[in-house]
Amino acid sequence: MADFETPELKEIPEIPKLKEGAMAHSKPYIAKAEFQEELGFPGELLDDWKEKAIEKIGDLKSRYRSVQVFLDICVKCGACTDKCHYFLGTQDPKNMPVARQDLLRKVYRRYYTFAGKFFGKLGIPEFVGAAELTKEVLDDWYSYYHQCSQCRRCSVFCPYGIDTAEISMAAREIMDSVGVGQKYCNEILGKVMKIGNNLGLPEPALADTLEGLEEEVFDDTGVPVKYPLDVKGADILLVTPSADFFAEPHVDGLIGYGKVFHEAGVSWTMSSYASEAGNFGMFIGSYETMRRAALRIRKAAKDLGVKRIVFGECGHAWRVAYSFLNTLAGPFDFLDPNYPVPQHICEFTYDLIQEGKLKFDKSENDHMTLTFHDSCNVARGSRMGSKMNGQFEIPRAVIKAVCNNYVDMPADTIKESTFCCGGGGGLLTDDLMEIRVKGALPRMEGYKTVVEDNGVTNLAAICAICKSQFTKVLPYYGFGMTDIVSVHQLVSEAIILSDAPSEEAEDSDDSSE
Amino acid sequence: MSALSVTYAILFYLATAVLVIGVTRKIMQYAKTPAPLKIPTTPAPVTKQGVVLRMASEIVLFNSLFKSNKWIWIFGWMFHFALLLILLRHLRYFTDPVWFWVELIQPFGKYASFAMVAGLAGLWVRRIFVERIRYITSPSDHVMLALLVAIALSGMTMKFITHTDIVKVKEFFIGLLTFSIEPLPSDPALIIHLTLVVILMLVFPISKLLHAPGIFFSPTRNQVDNPREQRHLAPWAAKLDADRD
Repeated sequence: MADFETPELKEIPEIPKLKEGAMAHSKPYIAKAEFQEELGFPGELLDDWKEKAIEKIGDLKSRYRSVQVFLDICVKCGACTDKCHYFLGTQDPKNMPVARQDLLRKVYRRYYTFAGKFFGKLGIPEFVGAAELTKEVLDDWYSYYHQCSQCRRCSVFCPYGIDTAEISMAAREIMDSVGVGQKYCNEILGKVMKIGNNLGLPEPALADTLEGLEEEVFDDTGVPVKYPLDVKGADILLVTPSADFFAEPHVDGLIGYGKVFHEAGVSWTMSSYASEAGNFGMFIGSYETMRRAALRIRKAAKDLGVKRIVFGECGHAWRVAYSFLNTLAGPFDFLDPNYPVPQHICEFTYDLIQEGKLKFDKSENDHMTLTFHDSCNVARGSRMGSKMNGQFEIPRAVIKAVCNNYVDMPADTIKESTFCCGGGGGLLTDDLMEIRVKGALPRMEGYKTVVEDNGVTNLAAICAICKSQFTKVLPYYGFGMTDIVSVHQLVSEAIILSDAPSEEAEDSDDSSE
Repeated sequence: MSALSVTYAILFYLATAVLVIGVTRKIMQYAKTPAPLKIPTTPAPVTKQGVVLRMASEIVLFNSLFKSNKWIWIFGWMFHFALLLILLRHLRYFTDPVWFWVELIQPFGKYASFAMVAGLAGLWVRRIFVERIRYITSPSDHVMLALLVAIALSGMTMKFITHTDIVKVKEFFIGLLTFSIEPLPSDPALIIHLTLVVILMLVFPISKLLHAPGIFFSPTRNQVDNPREQRHLAPWAAKLDADRD
């Protein structure tokens, strides 16, 4: 299947021995000049890259408290060393969170601290964990800062809350600023800025796809559920990851959102201008780029005159939406103040369930036993509902409302301790397949446990990246690629559409199956 | 007035100045640097009081470390709380009459030194023998542990083996508080102890010991989880909004 070995799933996960340099060869393709320049970065490695990189460290640490504080205060206690899924899957010590941070920290110490400068002049900067910035260090940055999915699991366990995601975002911005960007992220951002979504689907293609969906749902249910695009004056703007428009199982989730909106009797629309919930600006650590992408949503909401914004199932998108959107593109005082801005589709569906406005036939999902994969950016970078832990409880409550068989994976692999799918943070590209497969190991071990012990057959998620990643990596570990399902796919299966034609007598069909 | 007394008087004034000015400058740097985005590690408290509780559980109980690794937690917690007791106990050398509550903790503070050394030893053993921690260790990390262990052992030597003239030591330090230099005993254990303490004070603001003030500024721990309710905007980011509709 590939030129690397898939790690073995252990009964009891163990902390592996170190294998130095095991993943030093892993590097994503470099972005071409045109995509770099589109985002305002130099097209290729600058001649004076070293000076510029050092300068950029200074700039970032003066603008981000996280960078300044986190680079200073690590005591190297080792608490994080066994927490990263990429370390657990590869055994490469530079994938331990503290070691990954140290790749940048040692340069910061050399050029910005008394101890680093002093021992640097003596010729022994390593005495205080400092190091000169060299081409080898830059290569290490490129390799290992693209083996971090910015999942924040380390930050849960750090006694000071040091978040490697913040450091890897900073490092990627430094690299972009000296001309070494990552092809995958930067090309995608170019498409968002020009066309409106990560996949580069223009308005006619979207309209066509959505029309196809309407026909499909009508054939299936006999109900004219609408999937509207660019409808001015609609109440709700749905912003969803563009993978929802055609990828499996994403699109089944989108079908589900439409049915929920239909049943709720609200008017809603998508926007071709802001047809992307994802915001890869976060992955590359660029506030300005992230803001540019976020402002498209503000503009779409204003132009369409909607009252509310709802986000579809997407992990990092929800972090940017929940935690950053108000900062980047707010205030949203032109929207209906009775609803939070933005809302998650799970919050929307959950509220309707609470109000008793949705009816389900849970037996439609009886052929499955489900577990829920907490996507990292939802779990550790956002919330749902008005109370702490809502991001764990609300999706589970939605699943349990539409399914009879549900089991959680082991406690140390879910909720705030959830393991990343292995493809987040801008790594969901074929040129990083090895790290994606190896990084999925701890998640697969958790899944294996409930598959074997509880007969779990499927894994539900609310993240487009998780869904795509699992579709690819599940087979490497001996599971089916279709084990992964969308949460709103489950909703879609079970929901009873009140205006469905009754003569179909679906019930009798089902019971005979 | 001996050369020794004058030297150590100068050293302590210098070390205090470096410590206070150095740490104050770092605190001001942390406080002034904006946090442009809401990045609390969630689930996070949704109110300010909740954040105070979260922070308190981190400072007092090392909550996140407890979740992470029980060995590091037990050794780390033992060391830090022994050190706190010992530092408070040392107030008796700077106050006359000695405060009531300082008298009260005296017996605990005395024996806390054993816990301090045990905690440091545990951390040091892990740093040497656990492969992952050895990998991330720099020489300066060993030096820091050596310094703290040596401070504890030289102090314990005076407390439990060869007593120094503690009345004279107290006169010396109370003298420093009123800018007069009193004679300092010249016992080797005392001189070693004080020299190491001076070194510790000097390296504090330029080393990882900054974790002590730094944790209070950690945005993943000190932010309220309310980004939808309240718009959070850094001054440099607000300037970007000027050219927008």
